[in-house]
Amino acid sequence: MKLVTAVIKPFKLEDVKSALQDAGVTGMTVSEAQGFGRQGGHTEVYRGAEYRIDFVPKVRLEVVVSDADAGRVLDVLVEAGRTGRIGDGKVWITPVEDLVRIRTGERGNDAVS
Amino acid sequence: MYNSGDTAWVLTSAALVLFMTPGLALFYGGMVRRKNVLGMMIQNFTVMAVVSLLWVWVTYSLAFGPDWGGHGIIGTLHFAGLGHIHQSVPGFTHQHAQTIPPVVFVIFQMMFAIITPALLTGSSADRMKFGAFIVLIVAWSILVYAPITHWVFSPEGWLARRGTEDFAGGTVVEVNAGVAGLALALVIGRRRGWPGNLMRPHNIPLTVMGGGILWFGWFGFNAGSALNAGGAGTAFVNTNTATAAALLAWIAVEKLRTGKPTTLGAVSGAIAGAVGITPACGYVNTLGATVIGLVAGLASALAVSLKFKMRVDDSLDVLAVHGIAGLVGTLMVGLFGTAGSLGANGLFYGGGGKLLGNQALAVLCVGVFSFVMTALIALAIRVVVGLRVSEDDERIGLDLTLHEENAYDFEAAAGRRAIGEGGHW
Repeated sequence: MKLVTAVIKPFKLEDVKSALQDAGVTGMTVSEAQGFGRQGGHTEVYRGAEYRIDFVPKVRLEVVVSDADAGRVLDVLVEAGRTGRIGDGKVWITPVEDLVRIRTGERGNDAVS
Repeated sequence: MYNSGDTAWVLTSAALVLFMTPGLALFYGGMVRRKNVLGMMIQNFTVMAVVSLLWVWVTYSLAFGPDWGGHGIIGTLHFAGLGHIHQSVPGFTHQHAQTIPPVVFVIFQMMFAIITPALLTGSSADRMKFGAFIVLIVAWSILVYAPITHWVFSPEGWLARRGTEDFAGGTVVEVNAGVAGLALALVIGRRRGWPGNLMRPHNIPLTVMGGGILWFGWFGFNAGSALNAGGAGTAFVNTNTATAAALLAWIAVEKLRTGKPTTLGAVSGAIAGAVGITPACGYVNTLGATVIGLVAGLASALAVSLKFKMRVDDSLDVLAVHGIAGLVGTLMVGLFGTAGSLGANGLFYGGGGKLLGNQALAVLCVGVFSFVMTALIALAIRVVVGLRVSEDDERIGLDLTLHEENAYDFEAAAGRRAIGEGGHW
C-alpha cells in the first residue's frame, strides 16, 4: 500500500475530491495546513503598516491506496490540483507498512477500500 | 425648572454613551492577537464598574463640585457620595442653566469618565498586569481625569472661564486619553518582539462591529452634551457628517498610499471623525463639520506611522486616532466656530484669533498635564507593584495566564466535546 499526500490550494479541494471520487477513491482525510514553498508568503496592510505573512493557508489531503493504484491517483491529484500558477503545492507517495480497518479487523489491501 | 424632554434625552444619551465602552472592547479586542482578546475585554468591561463607584463616591465631586479655593483647578468633596445632590451644579447659570436634575447630569458625565480611561487599554495592550491596570484607573481618574474635567467642563474651571470651547470632550476625553496613552506606552515599554513582529489584528469583524457601536453611541456622547433635547439636533447631525467625511478621507489616503482601501482603515477613519467633531459639534455649521471630519481623518491616517518613527509601541494607535484627531478638532473650533447661544466666532467667521488662542492653550495645558501626570502614576505603579506581566505570560497570552480562559473553543466546534460524552457519529 501507498500513502499519497497532497498539499494543495484550499479552493481546489472540491475539484480534487470530485476527481478522486471519479477515479474510484472511496475515502480520504483532509486537514487545514499552513506553509510556503517557492510562492513564499504574502503581505497584508493594517493601518498603513505592511505585515509580511510567511505561512499561506493550504489543505493537506491524505489517501491510502493499493500499490497498483498509486501512480494513477497521483496523476489525478496533479491534474485536478493544478492552476498553473505559483503555489499549487506538491504531491508525494510514501510506502505504508500495514493497514487495518478498525471496525472489521481487515488488513492490508482489504482495508484500502 | 426641570424639563421632562431634556431629562429624557440626557438619560437616553447616558445609556448610549455607556454602550460605547463595550463597543470599545470589541473595537480593540478585534485588533489584538487571539491570545489576548479576553484580557483586552475584561479591562474595558471592568472600567465600567470601577469608575461607576469611584464617580458617585469621589470623582464627580472633584470634577463638578464647588470650586476649591477659586482657582478653577479642582472641585471640593461637597457632592461626594452624591450628598447635597439636589443643589444645582455649580457654575451652570444664565445661558448654561441646566434644565435636568443634577443626578441626571451625574450619570451622563459618569459615562465619559468611564470611556476615557478605557481608551488607555489600547496603548498598553497585550502586556499589562490586570491589578496594575485597576490601580492605574483609580489613580488616573482622581489625579488626571477629575481635574481636567473641572478645568474645561465645569463653568468654574479656569479654561472654561477663559473661553475654551469643548462641546463634548475633545480635550477632556480625546487629547487627554491620546497623550496619556502615549505616556503609558512609554513607561510600560514595547511588546516583546515589536516592531520586528508587527502583531496583526486577529478579528477585524469584531473591530467593525465595535466601531459601529461607537458611531451609534457617539450620538449620545455629542448630542447629549447639549444637555437639552431642543439644541441637540445640530450636534447630532454634525457628528454624523464629520464621521462620514473622515471615513472617506482615511480610505482615500490608503488608496493613494498602498493602492487598496482597507476595512480597518474605514472603521479607524470613522472613529477619527467622531473624535474630531467631539469638541466642535455644537459650535460649527455643516461646512465646519465636513472640513473637520476630512482633516481629522487625513491627520489620523498619516499619524499612525509616527509610532514607528518614535519607536513607541502605542499598540492600537490611541495617540494617532484620539490624540491627533482630538487636537485637530479642538483647534479647528478656533477657525470654524460660529457664534450661537453658546459659542464665539472663530477666525473664519470674523472672531479674530482669540478663540483659536484659547483652544491652543487648552490643548497645550491638557496635553502637558496629562502626559506628565500619567507618566508619574505609571512609574509609581511600576516601582510598587509592577506594570508588566512576566515574559512567559506575555508569550502565552493574557487570556490563559491572567484569566484562565480561552476566547475561541475551536476544539468543541470540531466535535472534540463528544469525547467522554458517549457521542458517536
